[in-house]
Amino acid sequence: MLKRIILGICALGVVLGAVTPIAEESIASPAAAAKPAPQTAAEILQRIDDNRLSDGKIAVMSMTIHGRRGDRTISAKSWQRNIQDSFTEYLAPAREKGTKMLKLGDQLWTYAPDTDRTILISGHLLRQSVMGSDLSYEDMMEDPVLANNYNAAISGEEILNGRPAWVLELTAKKDDIAYAKRQLWVDQERFIALKENLYAKSGALLKTLDVNAVMQVDGRWLAKSMLYKDALKKDGDGTSVVIESLEFNDNLPETLFSKASLRK
Amino acid sequence: MIKFLLKGLLRDRSRSFFPVLTVAFGVFLIVFLDAFFNGALTNMYNATAHHQTGHVKIMTQAYAAEAEQSPNELALLDLADWLARLRAEYPEIIWTPRINFGGLIDIPDQNGETRIQGPAAGLAVDLSAGSPEIGFLNLEKSLVRGRLPTKAGEILLAEDFARRLQVSPNDTVTLIGSTMHGSMAVNNFTLAGTVRFGMAAMDRGAIIVDLRDVQNALDMQDAAGVLLGFFADDAYDNQKAEILKAAFNAQYQDTADEFSPVMCTLVEDSGLGSYFAMASSAMFIIALIFVAVMALVLWNAGLIGGLRRYGEMGVRLAIGESKIHIYLSMLGEAVLIGLGGSIIGILGGVLLGYWLQYHGLDYGAMFKDSSMMVENVFRAQVTLNSCFIGFFPGVLATLIGNALAGLGIFKRQTAQLFKELEN
Repeated sequence: MLKRIILGICALGVVLGAVTPIAEESIASPAAAAKPAPQTAAEILQRIDDNRLSDGKIAVMSMTIHGRRGDRTISAKSWQRNIQDSFTEYLAPAREKGTKMLKLGDQLWTYAPDTDRTILISGHLLRQSVMGSDLSYEDMMEDPVLANNYNAAISGEEILNGRPAWVLELTAKKDDIAYAKRQLWVDQERFIALKENLYAKSGALLKTLDVNAVMQVDGRWLAKSMLYKDALKKDGDGTSVVIESLEFNDNLPETLFSKASLRK
Repeated sequence: MIKFLLKGLLRDRSRSFFPVLTVAFGVFLIVFLDAFFNGALTNMYNATAHHQTGHVKIMTQAYAAEAEQSPNELALLDLADWLARLRAEYPEIIWTPRINFGGLIDIPDQNGETRIQGPAAGLAVDLSAGSPEIGFLNLEKSLVRGRLPTKAGEILLAEDFARRLQVSPNDTVTLIGSTMHGSMAVNNFTLAGTVRFGMAAMDRGAIIVDLRDVQNALDMQDAAGVLLGFFADDAYDNQKAEILKAAFNAQYQDTADEFSPVMCTLVEDSGLGSYFAMASSAMFIIALIFVAVMALVLWNAGLIGGLRRYGEMGVRLAIGESKIHIYLSMLGEAVLIGLGGSIIGILGGVLLGYWLQYHGLDYGAMFKDSSMMVENVFRAQVTLNSCFIGFFPGVLATLIGNALAGLGIFKRQTAQLFKELEN
């Protein structure tokens, strides 16, 4: 779920771009309720992917990092096409303004206007946090399609925030997935994950995500406000992400998703 | 009497040569080992103080708790105020702020794209003209190519690191790091020069940048990770450091505020206290073993000498010399042998120690993959204490050995003397 939201939001950089890619049929038939109720965990997972992934979107978001020495808010605008590519420009604060990030498939670049340098983010840099938040660049690089990477099983049903939810246990199909296990609380009507716990292969809790507010855009229910928390960080109270605006757009210009656009 | 004993020793080489040689060798070992340990400790203290801890170090309590990670987000703020206050309250201490940081050095190609990258361990210090840091880090002598930074935006790289990255002075290098808020920081610098620190841990990937440049690059205006204090004579004194620490912490440390400052000493911060205690214990044990072994050796030498001089003792007893007088004269001889052996041993140990002190021993190859903050060239350090620590055991061992061997004199029976002499 985290992955979905991260990708859907394309956030603060890459996050925003990676968050909400959508399947074409979902755009054509956005109302999830029109589909028959899913019978299996795999069908639920597919419905989650269908709900949040899109072919193109533009989002403006703000991210507030609740650090040990106070809060710090960063805002960014992100363009995302298909599931893999995104372009993000930071809008505030002044120090970050103009910094851009480009994700094309499995490669990620950042552009710093002060130095006029385009840097490929790879290796251990990927494990660095995005702007000091509880999200890492590695989170943005994951394949956003949950159904591609995880086997799902329903472990129970709960009422979460007044909403009936399935509790899904996801187990990675491959060894090279960042989070070997996930636990999702999925709204039974809206097919949006309201809460998510991400685990390492060892079983250690790595990150948590709590959705505080949802919004409906073109018939899809998406997270509007959420709190990410890196469970391994001893300090801070997590990172709040708020989607200020979100627009689905399948006709984003091709030129935007190129390294040349970083310097513009 | 002394002249008489000396004459006896000199004329009868078998009484003096072997014992003096034994004592001299033992004392030589003790003196040299003491100089060796002194050198090793001083090397460690200086390298650690100058490159890592200062003689005392001030940081926030939160930073101190995670200091090995250099958590700059927990840095000491209001640096200018703190410096002014410390310089007013403790004028005898040289105060200097530093920032330790990690990152990547990225070298661009002609299109501005990454050509090569390497992980770097950064140190931001005051590099302005007249700064004591230039001396503490021995930058002028360590310079291999180029010059020290003289203006904003210049950087020093470890020579080995620069060669690996294929950069030369005046090339542009990009530092990719994290601001104190965790954002990615990308900054261009001009390579002013390259340095070789003589420490494997630093020569692999160290960069030195002026403090103000790093404060700007890492969004740490008026902040520093640590504030180091050095005694004016640049010699670490643990007692003085402890007194200073107690006074500072009593005044400024607030356990309820994790961002209030705390001071710690070099020994505490570096963990060198255990090395120092270990080295002191090692020297004591070595001296003890030396005394015991030498005493045993000299006891045996004395016994052999006693057998050889059995007749002589008998004659001396027969002509009326008291047993205690003979015993004391033997002890007198032992003291003279001990003195002679100790002086020769001290001379040998001091000479070799001084040689190692001035010429040094390059053992950098052994530490090429090490992260220890030790200089590659090892130098001994001869002190007056080295002489004392060798002298007393030298004399003592001879005295004990002869005292034990000489006890046989008291078992001689006067009535049996002539009978023994007839044989």
